[in-house]
Amino acid sequence: MTEKLKRKDFVSDQEVRWCPGCGDYAILAAVQKCLADTGSKPENTVFVSGIGCSSRFPYYVKTYGFHSIHGRAPSIATGLKLTNPDLEVWVITGDGDALSIGGNHLLHALRRNVNLNIILFNNKIYGLTKGQYSPTSNEGTKSPTTPFGSVDYPINPVSFALGSGATFVARAIDVDAKSLGPILAAAKAHKGASLIEVVQNCPIFNDNVWDAVTNRKTATTNQLRLEDGKPLLFDNGNKGIRLTDDLTPEIVEVGEGKVAESELIVHKENGSAAYHALLASMAAPEFPQPLGVIKQVERPSYDELALAQVDQVLKERGKGDLNALLNSGMTWTVGPDGRPEQ
Amino acid sequence: MESSTTGTSTKGGSGSPIPTPPGHQEVEEVVVRFAGDSGDGMQLTGTEFTKAAALAGNDISTFPDFPAEIRAPAGSIAGVSGFQLHFSSTDIHTPGDAPNVLVAMNPAALKANIDDLVVGGTCIINTGTFTKPNLAKAGYESNPLEEEALQKKYEVHPIDINKMVNAALEETELTSKEKGRCKNFFALGLMCWRYERDVEPQLANIRAKFKKKPHLGEANVLAFKAGFNYGLTAEVFQTTYEVKPAAFEPGLYRNITGNEAIALGIVAAGQLADCPVLFSGYPITPASTIFHYLSNYKNYGVTTFQAEDEIAGAGAAIGASYGGAIGVTASSGPGIALKGEAIGLAAMIEVPLVVLSIQRGGPSTGLPTKTEQSDLYQSLYGRNGECPIPIIAAKTPADAFYCAIEATRIATKYMTPVILLSDGYIANGAEPWKLPQVEDLTPFPVTHLKDANGWMPYKRDEETLARAWVAPGTKGMEHRVGGLEKDFLTGNVSYDADNHQKMCQVREDKVRGVANDYGDMDIEGEESGDVLIVGWGGTHGALRQAAGVLRGQGKNISHVQIRHVWPLNPKLGELMKNFKKVIVCELNMGQLRTIIRSEFLVDVEGYNKMQGKPFTVAEICNAVSELV
Repeated sequence: MTEKLKRKDFVSDQEVRWCPGCGDYAILAAVQKCLADTGSKPENTVFVSGIGCSSRFPYYVKTYGFHSIHGRAPSIATGLKLTNPDLEVWVITGDGDALSIGGNHLLHALRRNVNLNIILFNNKIYGLTKGQYSPTSNEGTKSPTTPFGSVDYPINPVSFALGSGATFVARAIDVDAKSLGPILAAAKAHKGASLIEVVQNCPIFNDNVWDAVTNRKTATTNQLRLEDGKPLLFDNGNKGIRLTDDLTPEIVEVGEGKVAESELIVHKENGSAAYHALLASMAAPEFPQPLGVIKQVERPSYDELALAQVDQVLKERGKGDLNALLNSGMTWTVGPDGRPEQ
Repeated sequence: MESSTTGTSTKGGSGSPIPTPPGHQEVEEVVVRFAGDSGDGMQLTGTEFTKAAALAGNDISTFPDFPAEIRAPAGSIAGVSGFQLHFSSTDIHTPGDAPNVLVAMNPAALKANIDDLVVGGTCIINTGTFTKPNLAKAGYESNPLEEEALQKKYEVHPIDINKMVNAALEETELTSKEKGRCKNFFALGLMCWRYERDVEPQLANIRAKFKKKPHLGEANVLAFKAGFNYGLTAEVFQTTYEVKPAAFEPGLYRNITGNEAIALGIVAAGQLADCPVLFSGYPITPASTIFHYLSNYKNYGVTTFQAEDEIAGAGAAIGASYGGAIGVTASSGPGIALKGEAIGLAAMIEVPLVVLSIQRGGPSTGLPTKTEQSDLYQSLYGRNGECPIPIIAAKTPADAFYCAIEATRIATKYMTPVILLSDGYIANGAEPWKLPQVEDLTPFPVTHLKDANGWMPYKRDEETLARAWVAPGTKGMEHRVGGLEKDFLTGNVSYDADNHQKMCQVREDKVRGVANDYGDMDIEGEESGDVLIVGWGGTHGALRQAAGVLRGQGKNISHVQIRHVWPLNPKLGELMKNFKKVIVCELNMGQLRTIIRSEFLVDVEGYNKMQGKPFTVAEICNAVSELV
């Protein structure tokens, strides 16, 4: 029995170079702690990232790491899992990396359900290239490329993941280590692609863009902590979410003389697509922002199915004989006289 | 009229119970082209006729030529599909400059191909399709069969194949549409009679081909026999022709196309390297069939993955190589363009990656089903930064097998991406291949380093300058790689000025060092003389044959076909000095010529063709003759 590893055992010797106050520090610490707590083996763990501030992440974790090219981490991670499915593979990406240049790869990694743990750092801005708006930026975001405000409608990472057929979708806040840790552990334990949207603050280019969700003063009213099998309650249990007749969510007061808890929607990680879409559509400040595991269902992973097929073919046909393969199809023999033998 | 006669005409026996043709003639070689609508099954007819020639021991070379559209409007010129077969009793290298025999299944096929037929050549025409609408679709204002021009220039055999096939299939319960689809087998049967092929193997082939739909197989057998018997009984053909077997080295043979050969080469490479292969790609013409073949070889150590796009195709292959397998991806020009950034990443993190680039006409979407050699610059220069990688080029379909093995050997030995260049001509063309014994192929087992003692992520082998291959999962060797510049030894991110210079130099030196493994060049003719013809890739056959023709005329011409396009063989520089003139012939605007000029400071000339077609032997002979 080897000694249980600690967080520091997953800290590499590289100097961490994010801006002071960046949410990435908290995520890094939470991930390192999760690796230690859940018994990850450094030699069997790989972090694959794309390009962007968050994608420097692998350099700082003392495991195997691959800082790749913009948007392509899911494809590289897929090839890696097909080669060695026993590896624990994490994909580190940001809102631009995952949803703009790499949108296609994320979509397909999720629909195939490749056994990856994908952490999407969503700060709603391009940090590394100095503050241009991103595909998740709020409408009207002023940035170097949108000095008069952005006019395009933002994409919601949770909706994107659900629409792609993801089997595990969660949301957490960067600095909220208490809830981020268990979500990371749940993502790791999930067989298949897990996507965690981490609400992350960029203090330099987009400070406080998530204020409606993360501000401690409004946290009780603006955060909806999801628990499987429990009703959607918030504001210290004083409010809840109920479904109206036209299938939209509404906030109701809960308690004696008010709405009964039994009328509230009950959170189900394996609930209907309509329910998960409804959760994805709720955002602060109109609604409390859903946080926690939004969806988790079981479906065989792509790597598992693809490699099982290889095993099946091997079982049915036996290990291929290369000489026989070369000699397959129509062949003919030329005799010593240089003429074909009949 | 066949191209050359070596035998004598003899009369057929008159006492036979069935009518026999009056003449039998022995000829050295024949070039036949089948042409029809893309739905007429011309590729199948050509392939089957090729098998018959191979079984008879002829040397063969084929050139399928089909439109980019799966089903262009029926009867249109754009929808014409062709298959040319050159079969011979002597050693041949090309599918032939021009057909001696044209089988035209409709007016558009006649219009599109008749000018290629040699004057005096035989033209077999399916008159059943020469209706007014079809003539109009082909752009004929009047029926060419009714005009003297055609008859004067060629030996024309108008046959209503539609009618004959319908009659032959009268008893079957096929729909008229299904009957119509059997007419290519009538053409096959007729040609098999004309060239004295054994019938039984053909019938067996047809039945095997349609074993899942035996009623169609039997219908095609009937159509084949109808064609064969038509030749036998109708007295319109005066002669049958015999092409004697060519002299081959003893051994076991099969026909092979370039894409089949590459797929088999990748399987063999994985076994020789003793390492699993992940092939990851995205469909594109003319590379897709490599992917199709490999997908069947899951019990041979090859896993395949259909990625969401070309970039992911390269990305997953890199992920596989990073994980300790051999990552392979295939594409053609537009797809290779998309993979460029990923190939650069593989060069930077120094893992093996085999990139199969099956060239087609460009730029942009270009001519997807036509051949060209215009992606040499793309292979050499299609990445950002100083990013040299080795490039090798297959010269024939069978050679593609050995090139796939060599590309993998270089990639794993030097820890680098390698591009293997092939083209549409090699990909789809077929030739007889003397099958190697696996035991005769040289193994190159790869090593994944597991001993951390004295290791650093970018520490290099002194001889090859390759870094060690360490796969994740190896304890005590956890390290980080990425696309940012690396420290010379630790592999950590480095922005140091001197380090960057040193790293660029070592990546360059490593790739240049690949030339240390090169053997002799593929030279035919003397190593000095008047003109050296230089080519690379799929032009080999035409160039070699042209050089032979010219030497036969007493000219001092030699030919070298370059397999190692990058880095070039240093011996090439020495060789070129021994000739008064050097001409680089290639199916582009002069890409290798420019590279040779810059590498060796030799004033080479160029002969270039951009028509989506391979060189003809005559074109090369003319171009080279002008230099002498």
